[in-house]
Amino acid sequence: MSAFLDALARVPPLLAHHVTVSMAALLLGIVIAVPLAFACARRPGLSRVVLGLASLVQTIPALALLALFYPLLLSLSGLVGGGIPALGFLPSLLALTLYALLPILRNGVTGLTGLDPAVLQAADAVGMTKAQKLRLVEAPLVAPVLAAGIRTAAVWTIGAATLSTTVGQPSLGDMIFAGLQTQAWALVLAGCVAAAALALGVDALIGLIERGLATRRKGLWIGGLIALALGCALATQPLWPRGSQQRRAVVIGAKNFSEQYILARLIGDRLTRAGYSVSYRDGLGSAVAFEATAGGRVDVYVDYAGTLWTTAMHRQDSPPRAAMLGALQQWAATRDVAMLGPLGFENAYAFAMKAPVAQRLGVRSLADLGRVAPRLKLGSDLEFLDRPEWTAVRDAYGLRFAGQTPYSPTFMYRALESGRADVISAFSSDGRIAADRLAVLGDPKRAIPGYDAVLLVAKDRAADAAFVEALRPMLNRIPVEVMREANYRVDRDDAAKGSPEAAARWLAERVGL
Amino acid sequence: MDGGAETVDPALDMPMPSPIPAMIAPAMIDLTDVSRRYGSVAAVDRVSLTVARGSFVALVGASGSGKSTLLRMINRLETPDTGRVTIDGEDAGARPAPEWRRRIGYVFQQHGLFPHMTVAANIAIGLRIAGRPVGDRVGELLDLVDLPRELAGRMPDALSGGQRQRVAIARALATEPPILLLDEALGALDPVTRDALAGRLGELHARLGLTTLLVTHDMAEALLTADRILVMDQGRIVADATPAQLVAGQGGAVAQALMAVPRHQAERLAALAR
Repeated sequence: MSAFLDALARVPPLLAHHVTVSMAALLLGIVIAVPLAFACARRPGLSRVVLGLASLVQTIPALALLALFYPLLLSLSGLVGGGIPALGFLPSLLALTLYALLPILRNGVTGLTGLDPAVLQAADAVGMTKAQKLRLVEAPLVAPVLAAGIRTAAVWTIGAATLSTTVGQPSLGDMIFAGLQTQAWALVLAGCVAAAALALGVDALIGLIERGLATRRKGLWIGGLIALALGCALATQPLWPRGSQQRRAVVIGAKNFSEQYILARLIGDRLTRAGYSVSYRDGLGSAVAFEATAGGRVDVYVDYAGTLWTTAMHRQDSPPRAAMLGALQQWAATRDVAMLGPLGFENAYAFAMKAPVAQRLGVRSLADLGRVAPRLKLGSDLEFLDRPEWTAVRDAYGLRFAGQTPYSPTFMYRALESGRADVISAFSSDGRIAADRLAVLGDPKRAIPGYDAVLLVAKDRAADAAFVEALRPMLNRIPVEVMREANYRVDRDDAAKGSPEAAARWLAERVGL
Repeated sequence: MDGGAETVDPALDMPMPSPIPAMIAPAMIDLTDVSRRYGSVAAVDRVSLTVARGSFVALVGASGSGKSTLLRMINRLETPDTGRVTIDGEDAGARPAPEWRRRIGYVFQQHGLFPHMTVAANIAIGLRIAGRPVGDRVGELLDLVDLPRELAGRMPDALSGGQRQRVAIARALATEPPILLLDEALGALDPVTRDALAGRLGELHARLGLTTLLVTHDMAEALLTADRILVMDQGRIVADATPAQLVAGQGGAVAQALMAVPRHQAERLAALAR
């Protein structure tokens, strides 16, 4: 219960972001959909096209819609010579707005085409101009139906806004994604409860407005409108600018797995002690995290040399560690990101097998694996088979498996344990390698690039000496064994399971930070 | 029921050229060679018509004879394909449609009251959209159509059918238009209400000096309210006569076919009375 209360304490700032992005999308949706509905009601041809498109948008999963705006905005930004943010608020706003359109449009068109033709004829007959007819007859008569559509759109938008976490926009989804990844159910529950309460509250208030409009009670709908506006203003209170606070809070980024959460807390604790106020952006996608730092939306985070090397720099070679880190540092600088240095451990892709099986088959390295691969099944994480590292390893060792299946990380280990997979693409810093006594296969041809964990800082913060000094002691300080154990403290699912915060404190103590 | 009786020409048996009133009084409404087609069907087929100021004209005919379409071309709810419509010598295209319609009261069968406005707001709408002061007009108009003034604050759905149609008439008359168009305006009412309202319309017509056109499929209603009756068939005017002429058996085959119903009813009622 106390874990749930602790989790609830994280709600207010995230709720503020959530309300901002979802209400902005709803407003934009209304501004676009209402005039469009009136235009559609007058032209059946246009109506078919517009409603068809809006329905089509609705069939795209919200998560995919959000993800699609990233490359779209990126290429658009490239076309106009930069300046359009491809991450964070803008893509979330656009995707959610598209989502909000359909219910408003559909209700508007249905309401308008369903108006009593006698009433419309009377409006013409008494000599109303088109504008008067719209203002005095059509708009007031269709308002309750439109309000019902807006109500539906509001609930959808608030729900879908939890997914904007994945493109770097803070929302209540931060708690849900982080909780899912570390199996911290209190966090998931708190995020869900907060999002549901917000949706129910907004639904009730718009319902009030709808009823006021339908029964023509001005006090009711204006009251509902004021209550809604006040509620939104109050919910965004944590985002209001404060005169007393000079410096902007430091934003610490984290991707969506335990090690990232732990390291983000470790960084956060150190910066807090150095006098900074910090906030966390959890659950960022791999590409999103770097772009957000380049754009100054995230101030500091930990990434892995090999990941940037292959996916961001698009390199296919695998140079020695020092050369790779040097090249990476230079490249990052061109993107306005300072690489402070490595943390001291690697989190590489590491092919792992159950030790007895490896022994029986005589497999000690990837070269040995190539011989027996056609008899074995590979289990991977969700993205590995699409990554360039896999292509490189496969081609270097001629790996041809009998079958290959992607799993979410937790289930990947279970698949190995149960024999559904014989080899998995584990992570070298994963605590479960030691806990499950897995055999990690060697890479004699160095097909897999180095995956040194490196500390990356946005350009502006890199110029802040106190900031850099607070982080510098972390460099080359964390051995892989310690990182593994810290990870296992969060990833295990027995009674000894701990939070990323606790694991970060344990880690700091263990390495003397 | 005696609406229009005093206007019947005394020289019943005299065959006279028609339309007589148009030749005496100045023309209020003038249609020249007006046609309106829907696809291959001619709803109104090259009709020319002159309506004198102050006359009460009934347009009678079966469903689909084109009488409503003809009426709606006068206030431009329909646009003629060919031909010319003038009011008081002014061409219909001379000003924007909304402005044109504000000089013409229009009442139709489904009343078309604005459901989101009170009775008072409905009646005052014409004044409001023209930017004219409302003053005490709502009360006066409620008096005019025999409705109690307390009804002003009610919503239309709280009224009876007859009350709604009276409000619709009051709304049409609010801007003091010189012309009143009635499109089956009494068609949906019960006979008692209908009779009372038809009488009231006759009085209002005389008192306000209106030029009134009434579209109806009910020949008896036309005979008892109008001073001139036009019979339409397949988009053309096939008879143009006074009620007395029609009663006397004139006006041609189509008109007399329509006359058969009220005449037969009158005979049976007379037989019952014996």
